[in-house]
Amino acid sequence: MIGDTLFLFKLYLITAPILFVVGIYAIITTRNIIAMIIGIEVMMKGVTVLLAAAGYFNGKPQVVEPLIITMIVVEVVILMISAGYIINIVKKHDSLDVANINKLKG
Amino acid sequence: MDLVHIHFLLLSLLVIFSILAALNIRIIKAAILLAVVSLLTALILFLLETPLAAIFELSVCAGLITVIFISVISLTNPLTREERIEEKAKTLKRFVFLPGIVLVCAAAFYMLENSTNFIPIGASEIAVAQEGLWNSRQFDLIGQIIIILAGVFGVIVLFKDNKDDGGKK
Repeated sequence: MIGDTLFLFKLYLITAPILFVVGIYAIITTRNIIAMIIGIEVMMKGVTVLLAAAGYFNGKPQVVEPLIITMIVVEVVILMISAGYIINIVKKHDSLDVANINKLKG
Repeated sequence: MDLVHIHFLLLSLLVIFSILAALNIRIIKAAILLAVVSLLTALILFLLETPLAAIFELSVCAGLITVIFISVISLTNPLTREERIEEKAKTLKRFVFLPGIVLVCAAAFYMLENSTNFIPIGASEIAVAQEGLWNSRQFDLIGQIIIILAGVFGVIVLFKDNKDDGGKK
């Protein structure tokens, strides 16, 4: 039983940072704004899984549950604000490529 | 099937679909793959005995966020066929290192956690999560209210009519 729990603990400890790394890599390598937001979402999934695993393996999943719910709310708000920005950027620059967004003067 | 195998299967699928969502050039496909990632995360949260968070994840992340993504994609200009082909060649070049990086990270974290002495304990009986959600929190609720208000402003910006555009046209 302890062996199984330890194996699961290791599995989660490896998977969550991998998701985070995949998200960071997607943000670094792409120039499309929407793809960057998708990278941020993937990073947040990694953090969610790690939080849930931390609660489970410490025997207190009820403690991390409010934290995860708060993080989901923050996730939605980040997406809403970035969606507003993206639509305005596309209206102004007619492009989703961040390399074309170089007119930052008032 | 053993519970450990189910965890392993779900986590493997989570990593695979995340990589596919990050790799995809067609943003609409990436958004749908992200919804699948949210679905898998919700299943994992159910297994990790956080059912309320799983329901939130399923309804908000797999539902609402996908709808917002698809609305944004439909409101913006998608890539043309030529641009997509060009972008595909570039993306394959960019992501050629990703599998290697994932493997190196997995090996690094595996070696790192081998040196720790932490012994996990199994989940004890679950207290009521609502108590933690509503009674134990004080100051962070203010932060959450401010964040939700910021989201409201985001919605206002999203659906704002630009009066200047009408004047110019």
